[in-house]
Amino acid sequence: MLATSNRRVVPLDAPRLVTQRPLLVAEGLVKHYGRIRAVDGVSLSVYPGEVLGIVGESGSGKSSVLRLLNLQEDPDAGRYTLDIPAWRGMDLFGLSRFDKRAVRTRHIGIVYQNPYLGLRMSYTSSGNIAERVLLAGERRFAALREAAQESLSASEFPLDRMDDVPRALSGGMQQRVQLAKAIALKPALLLLDEPTTGLDVSVQATVLDTLKRLQRERQISMIIVSHDLGVIRTLADRVMVMYRGKVVEVGLVDQVFEDPQDAYTQQLVHAKL
Amino acid sequence: MLLTVQNYAKHFLIHHLGREVAVFEGLNFTLDAGQFALISGPNGVGKSTLLRCLYRSYRPTHGSAVYQSAFGAVDLARLADVDVLVLRRTEIGFVTQFLRPRPRVTALELVAEPLLEAGHAPEAARAEAEALLAGFGLKPGLLHAYPTTFSGGEQQKVNLARALIRPCRLLLLDEPTASLDAATRAMLVERLTTLKAAGVAMLGVFHHPEDVAALIDLEVHLTAGAALAALPGEEIPHVAE
Amino acid sequence: MTTSRLKTLTANREQPYSYAFLDAYAKRELRRKILKAIAVPGYQVPYASRELPIARGWGTGGLQVTLSLVGPQSVVKVIDQGADDSVNAANLRQFVARMTGAATTTDTLQATLIQSRHRVPEERLREHQTLILQVPDPEPLRRIESNMARARELHADAEYGQMWLVLYEQLVRFRRYMAGASYPMMVHGRFVMSPSPIPRWDNPKLHQAAHLTLLSAGREKRLYAVPPYTDAYSLEFEDVPFEIEDQRQWVCARTGARNKFMNEIPLPDGGAKYEISDTGYADKLVERAIDGPEANTLGETYYDDEGNFYHAGYLKPPRRPA
Repeated sequence: MLATSNRRVVPLDAPRLVTQRPLLVAEGLVKHYGRIRAVDGVSLSVYPGEVLGIVGESGSGKSSVLRLLNLQEDPDAGRYTLDIPAWRGMDLFGLSRFDKRAVRTRHIGIVYQNPYLGLRMSYTSSGNIAERVLLAGERRFAALREAAQESLSASEFPLDRMDDVPRALSGGMQQRVQLAKAIALKPALLLLDEPTTGLDVSVQATVLDTLKRLQRERQISMIIVSHDLGVIRTLADRVMVMYRGKVVEVGLVDQVFEDPQDAYTQQLVHAKL
Repeated sequence: MLLTVQNYAKHFLIHHLGREVAVFEGLNFTLDAGQFALISGPNGVGKSTLLRCLYRSYRPTHGSAVYQSAFGAVDLARLADVDVLVLRRTEIGFVTQFLRPRPRVTALELVAEPLLEAGHAPEAARAEAEALLAGFGLKPGLLHAYPTTFSGGEQQKVNLARALIRPCRLLLLDEPTASLDAATRAMLVERLTTLKAAGVAMLGVFHHPEDVAALIDLEVHLTAGAALAALPGEEIPHVAE
Repeated sequence: MTTSRLKTLTANREQPYSYAFLDAYAKRELRRKILKAIAVPGYQVPYASRELPIARGWGTGGLQVTLSLVGPQSVVKVIDQGADDSVNAANLRQFVARMTGAATTTDTLQATLIQSRHRVPEERLREHQTLILQVPDPEPLRRIESNMARARELHADAEYGQMWLVLYEQLVRFRRYMAGASYPMMVHGRFVMSPSPIPRWDNPKLHQAAHLTLLSAGREKRLYAVPPYTDAYSLEFEDVPFEIEDQRQWVCARTGARNKFMNEIPLPDGGAKYEISDTGYADKLVERAIDGPEANTLGETYYDDEGNFYHAGYLKPPRRPA
């Protein structure tokens, strides 16, 4: 998986200081679309409270990896475990449709680049969040209002607009609604697919700051896909570089960006304007 | 010995040039708690590189850097990435030369952040951050301003405060006094003196070594001879930043 | 060729209609599907909906169920929006009578089979009676999931959260549940169904009823059932209860009665008058007023004259959302 160029440095041991088990372990993920091997043997692990970035050019497979981890699609091969109650140690790809939906609803949140994918545009913003809580079985209106308010405040969304429809909101606000929806059930894992791409630079900065603060306050593990190295540098602890469906390098975010070992990574890092 | 560095080497492999550049080779030294080591040598010889290798911003090519952490002895060169993150959060600090300000984040928030990440209460964290910034002479009016708009010297004050606010056992310093005026340099030296007395081991590159002359216990001297395979007079290419 | 010559030539080949118009196989399939529907309350059972001499959208679903259940001893009542004398109700009733020789009636208490479009009678039905409701769209999830395959998955997984989302949106925007008719219900704690476009007033009548309710959509080719003594609750939030229409102030212009479901009839001066929708019941009241209480038998009603529902505690006092 890793490029042979890593022979030039001291190889790393297995973790032994971290006291917790990894939250997420994915091994050997493979996904084809026809003849295209979008994900070609990808393995990764994420520890509780950690932020893992995934970088790569378009077509590298990073968004496909996220879709697999969100249990939206079935892989052609691979094993995926999350350290969450009731599903510990079980390969999530082998679960029934019903159980997959349960895991996806309760334990994973996802924010898409395009808010139209993640939100119901003609329902209220608070309704978008309420939907999540409803799927988890809540049947009291007051509790839904409270949950929506709590999530929206955590995402730094102005509560006086909580009943506006996402269609009437700016891009940055729509992403905050997506974020609020994703964290509503306090999942252990948050997946973000280019969450700030396409937003105004100043709005990007505030959204990134919200993400950073959220991550710190809730100790939520995140996987962020972005082609923007600045975003990854700001948010991630470790980063994984993908190229044509494979992982070419993985390491600490400052190390991968300042001392890239792989040829492709070196090219990628130096292409930064 | 808190830190034992043996046979430490760093080469850069630049794929598109097809070249391998050795920065330093065969480095050996030790550092104990409360000791201050100055890294010296001519420009470009690899002083910053050494610090970054120890901090694991770079991957060392050979050798070992055995560190007596609170969890036991670990070789920083071989330590797993997630373990390095643990040590960076609890024991090993790094004062860089330049601040990486984030847009729309105030100086106070940037400095308080390491404490908040360690779980301190927000009010206490901000109070401590404010005190530390005052200690470095940052004008109070700048506390709630964005460092992206500050001068180099002011940014460096924020940088210092952010790096020094959390206690650590090993502190790495990379030209922390560059762009500081004499008064601020003196404040920093005072702070380092206090830390040294508290038992923090320090290893640093200083643009003005005379500032810290009173603190130095040993000198790690890198010479051009230790940088093999680079032709004489050839500049070591910058691979990062 | 003259018509009499034609009749002579074809005399041997005249076949009478099958009893109740449908052939035996059709009736057998319908009965089996009805049993299946009773066995799984609220579950939509697909059936092969036959062609009938009336068009789709005019009650073919209800009619097929009636024709598969009716026998020479049956007494059939057909109503349309509560009225026996509506053109469509009369048409259907006469068709059934001609095809089966069964007796017909406008008195709810006399009927064994009641086919109805969009209303449940006011007098309580009993164990030997069957209510057959005509359904335009059997799928309660239609608005939230238009893909049929996905909707079936949602029913299979009892994944009904989105139904409550629609209710949430209504409370946020209007502070009330907005559906006036076809208000979705949860049957036997498992399936959500559309009770057909009966008004909210009629929903509670399906809960723990003595009678069997069958619902059938001819065009959509599905039928479902609420068996006797089965739980049926209109969807609501725990803290914002389902409410029926507030007609407590309305008085029927024909009979002077209150607390029975009424139609509002606008008057030329801009005002309104009200009349009980269940014409069979209203007719009986009028007859009693003229000829005295021995003129006919009035059944106990689901809602008493003070407006209390006969299952105490089923309808909760109204509470607006905060």
